[in-house]
Amino acid sequence: MKLKHLAAAALLIFAWAHETQAEFRFPMPEFESGYKHPEMNTPLPARIPAAVDITVLFVALGATAWSVVKLRSRSMVFLIAVFSLVYFGFYRKGCVCPVGSLQNIVNALIDRNFAVPLVVMMFFLLPLVFALYFGRVFCAAVCPLGAIQEMCAVCPVQVPRPVETTLGLLTYAYLGLTVLSLVTGTGFLICRYDPFIGFFRQGASFNMSLVGGGLLLIGVFVARPYCRFLCPFGVLLRWVSLFSRWHASITPAECIQCRLCELSCPYGAIVVPTPSDRPVDRRTGAKRLGLLLLLAPVIIGITAWTGMTAHEMVARLHPTVRLAERVAAEERGLFAESTIDSDAFRAGKQAPAELYAEANAIEHRFKHACAWFGGFMGLVLCGKLIRLSVIRKSSDYEADRGACLSCARCFAYCPVEAGEAPVEDPHARS
Amino acid sequence: MSDKPTIGRRDFMRVAATVAAGGAAWTVARRGDEATVWQLDPAKCVQCGRCATNCVLNPSAVKCVHSYPICGYCDLCGGYLQPGAKARNTGAENELCPVGAITRTFVEEPFYQYTIDEKLCVGCGKCVKGCNVFGNGSLYLQVKHDLCVGCNECAIARNCPAQAYQRISVRTAYLLKTRDSGSGKQG
Repeated sequence: MKLKHLAAAALLIFAWAHETQAEFRFPMPEFESGYKHPEMNTPLPARIPAAVDITVLFVALGATAWSVVKLRSRSMVFLIAVFSLVYFGFYRKGCVCPVGSLQNIVNALIDRNFAVPLVVMMFFLLPLVFALYFGRVFCAAVCPLGAIQEMCAVCPVQVPRPVETTLGLLTYAYLGLTVLSLVTGTGFLICRYDPFIGFFRQGASFNMSLVGGGLLLIGVFVARPYCRFLCPFGVLLRWVSLFSRWHASITPAECIQCRLCELSCPYGAIVVPTPSDRPVDRRTGAKRLGLLLLLAPVIIGITAWTGMTAHEMVARLHPTVRLAERVAAEERGLFAESTIDSDAFRAGKQAPAELYAEANAIEHRFKHACAWFGGFMGLVLCGKLIRLSVIRKSSDYEADRGACLSCARCFAYCPVEAGEAPVEDPHARS
Repeated sequence: MSDKPTIGRRDFMRVAATVAAGGAAWTVARRGDEATVWQLDPAKCVQCGRCATNCVLNPSAVKCVHSYPICGYCDLCGGYLQPGAKARNTGAENELCPVGAITRTFVEEPFYQYTIDEKLCVGCGKCVKGCNVFGNGSLYLQVKHDLCVGCNECAIARNCPAQAYQRISVRTAYLLKTRDSGSGKQG
């Protein structure tokens, strides 16, 4: 009896000892020949210090502002764009870019534990601060995404204004979707669908090169399609630039209304003077505005509801929701084969019920987020409609501070600039 | 002109916004966030093969590394040889690695050293799987930081079925296996 107990105890102890040691299936050999283990090669990242990137960004922004506002030189702006394309694009491989940094900032606002390095913070803030003083000089020549498109805009044509305005709504949708995917924990959409990073890295998937190449091809005629119709960071820059202090002006002195600059802007960012022979009927305008303001809550309500109804579809962007659907379908025997993801899930400790609960919680989050996103789009739509219905009087050809990318193309078209106009201004060429 | 006070207010708002932005940057800087890098935890890795295909780089920045101190130096190596290989030698038909990145060298009877040629390795993890199934798990995948471009959102991390990727401090840029940390065998 006693012996049996002892044996059992010994076996237990042996089993326990085996358990702790059994981490390794095979014993590590002891070499007699004096063999030594080779060293492991674990190199650290050869990163450029953050201060260098921030300084380069600051200097490039400053130089562009100076070239646009003071020097009024398109060639200088173009040169800086070439530099930015080489440095931020091909040398730094387009990461982190201010467009993408937007996501880090939003993520940090949502999740307190998400750390934002100083370089990311500065890449987000500096373009906005410069836009507050000089307009979108960042877009003009510092953004590598803008620069690569600027190089391709060989023979830009003007896009009809209704098309321009409608497509411009896409930027808001992209911004909204970016925030939506961050709130729901889906990931960084801007980084995922960055069309040009493949060129910067000199390597991309087929789809990425197709989209990027397609955008550049379109960009030959419709200049900067990404900036105007997609870029989510451009929305913020547009808002800030509306309040800019020293924005680029088409003419260095007084506009003589010669109309020469009218067709110079490929971005449709020149505000044409309101014709004086067509007096604006204030009453019609007021009526239209009143109607729009009344309709606004209805429009926003409809878009918010539409967003909410679409939430189940949008929720499939989230990998956990997709996995839960797949696992559920496999449990029901709809698929004969399992995927890598469902295999990995089954190898883990989580039970299917827990996964479903998690996916449900995420879908719930999507429901709210999609409603907010729909509401946001409705608000944007109303804002656009109101802006279109309010006729603002302008007597000169001016840059639309929101849409103007400070590319400096129009300067050369101004006869005042060239000194051919009768108006003399001593400061014009300083 | 009546414009003057308006401009003054706008200027004030501009300065205020700039100061606020500067303050935000200053707060972030003082929080002292240190640089982080992407790395995969070999204990979570399931060797699905996506490290080889989902990296934005081609070939991937993920390579197989070898913790020699926990290696059994076996003649019959689960990471080097095909399951059911006819002979235990360097014949290509016997090798598990699809790109022939593992070199087998004789150390002393009966031990063999296995070395990874990182220039050839594509990070598919086939040998890692082999070494986990029949071996000490001394072969495992790691993100090599001399190659990794440090994407804002790692494309492999996004598609990793085991959520093995995380951002870790640049000071401890690798999650290496040692004799103390164990083999990190799966289930």
